[in-house]
Amino acid sequence: MQSMTKIPVMAVVLLWTAVAWSAPATPDERGWEIAREADRRSSGYGDSTAHLRMILRNRQGQESERAMRIRSLEIEGDGTKSLCIFDTPRDVKGTILLTHTHKTEDDDQWLYLPALRRVRRIAAQNKSGSFMGSEYSYEDIATQELEKYTYTWLRDETYDGNDCFVVERRPVDQAHSGYSRQVAWLDKSAYRTWKVDYYDRKDDLLKTLTCKGFRIYQDRFWRAGEMNMVNHQTGKSTRLLWSDHTFGTGQNELDFERSRLTLIR
Amino acid sequence: MKILAVLATWMVGLAAAGAGEISGYVSVEGRGFLHDALYDGQDRDNGSIAAQPEYYHEWENGSSFTFVPFARIDSADSERTHFDVRELNYLYREGIWFFRLGFGKVFWGATEFVHLVDIINQTDFVEHIDGEDKLGQPMLQFGISPSWGNVEVFILPYFRERTFPGEDGRLRTSRVVDTDDAIFESSSEESAKDLVMRYSNTIGSADFGVYFFRGTSREPLLATPDLIDPNDTDETRLIPFYEQINQIGADVQYATGNWLWKWEGYFRNGYFQDYFATVGGFEYTFFDVAGSGHDISVLSEYSWNDRDDGGMTIFQNDLFGGLRWAPNDEAGTQLLVGFSQDMEQHENALTIEASRRFGAHWRLIVEAWCFLNAEPSGVLHELRDDDFARLELAYYF
Repeated sequence: MQSMTKIPVMAVVLLWTAVAWSAPATPDERGWEIAREADRRSSGYGDSTAHLRMILRNRQGQESERAMRIRSLEIEGDGTKSLCIFDTPRDVKGTILLTHTHKTEDDDQWLYLPALRRVRRIAAQNKSGSFMGSEYSYEDIATQELEKYTYTWLRDETYDGNDCFVVERRPVDQAHSGYSRQVAWLDKSAYRTWKVDYYDRKDDLLKTLTCKGFRIYQDRFWRAGEMNMVNHQTGKSTRLLWSDHTFGTGQNELDFERSRLTLIR
Repeated sequence: MKILAVLATWMVGLAAAGAGEISGYVSVEGRGFLHDALYDGQDRDNGSIAAQPEYYHEWENGSSFTFVPFARIDSADSERTHFDVRELNYLYREGIWFFRLGFGKVFWGATEFVHLVDIINQTDFVEHIDGEDKLGQPMLQFGISPSWGNVEVFILPYFRERTFPGEDGRLRTSRVVDTDDAIFESSSEESAKDLVMRYSNTIGSADFGVYFFRGTSREPLLATPDLIDPNDTDETRLIPFYEQINQIGADVQYATGNWLWKWEGYFRNGYFQDYFATVGGFEYTFFDVAGSGHDISVLSEYSWNDRDDGGMTIFQNDLFGGLRWAPNDEAGTQLLVGFSQDMEQHENALTIEASRRFGAHWRLIVEAWCFLNAEPSGVLHELRDDDFARLELAYYF
């Protein structure tokens, strides 16, 4: 028995070293490898909750703020289920956005309107529209499913003192995305995304996202404390301030069902 | 009003003690009518103030207590000056089941222009003729969500009568609905209990629900007094009559791409006749029109029922069209223009509703209703001179 099991183990070890040591043949393969590794490192958290402050700034520098709570749950073999519960502005307090993202199919989305105690399904194709008047669109805030883009490694570059991969990603669903492509800077040590340039459908630079204040949770998961999205075409920007990240809070799938929206606050 | 002061003090006290959170709004509203009042006693315009604070407390185990009183003081209509407990309930959750006890609010339905199958809460009609304001309903609600869907059972121990404008109020029938003199089919009157069971689920991109209701109808039949007592020849009043009904209702919402499909229908077995009513339609959204960030939706719905007295019922054979504009700006601006056309009576109406936020706490709502064409035999005839504009400024805290 011993000798029989030894052969596959050896084969696996050889295969692994082959993958690790030979550089992928094309920039597309390399881009895919980097994206997959980043995805692998950021998944497996199970479920999490966090507080989010969103600070909108217009061209004149006037600011307005939204506060919300985010809860999310990974679904094995599919996407993520998430709840976004609004606390401010006060006229939308208690409004809840429920999203079920899927790897390949259209996402499902519902909006709970507390004034009417009503749950409305919203059209799945809303990707490029602004989220709450911010510089983030629905596709920016949705969980980034690996399968929804194709990738190309462009170059290696130092960004903000970090040795980074520069990877381009193009949406598979080009008809509904607001972007022709995105260019992301991921550091080589932990595959954290530090910067993303978003190009509009005419391939002009539209927005730039920069992330900072990374902290590690559960010795595994890096989360940015601050994200800033600047719209180059309008001069507006939106800052996201994350706090109170908690993992393994014991939420289950039922907590993310449409029928339960009337029970939470 | 003394009760209000006591409640307010109590709520502030609770919040100050750190026991829960307080939110809600206070608002001022003005309604201006295009034409002089048609009926004796009606004021032309009215102004009012309203408040709806909300106290919410959640315990560690996820159970919660909610209290939402509502009050309005109106310059013209004493019936519109009213107080209601919108919610006052305790919710307990444990795994896949929950129960709620107290005054609650439950909405069922899919369509935008007509809310046909929504039945748990009575309409606070004196608030707004759109029927979206509801009175708190005393209930015991039990729900369970096994893997095959959601089952809910309601026992509604006390009936709430629909509110109607009083003699001084606009948007009323020529005869005033005498809400102090309602009659019931059930000898238990308001104490007759309703029983409701509902099953709902989501399959793929479709949400649906089916329910059975047995109890007092939320929609009164409005009778002239002589129908009830031949000697009563009073021509200034209508008497609400609440029948006992059995109703099976269903609603479906389905999303695909930019389309939302919506359908509601019910079959009702009542005192006078059995009938079927339905409404269905779609909403198609153009997202991010020409890269502007604005969304524009086109809505259309059709409603129909096979009541014998169909001509005099609203939504008997009606087509609705609407346009929703959402610029997705930081003020949360929204605009909805709606048009309804009665296919038999050639009556039509136009509604415009717009709102936006100012700063972090204020919201301004502007609304206009125009009854463009009202036939003498139609339902809108009595409202033919009640075209109005409404302005509401609300402070949310």
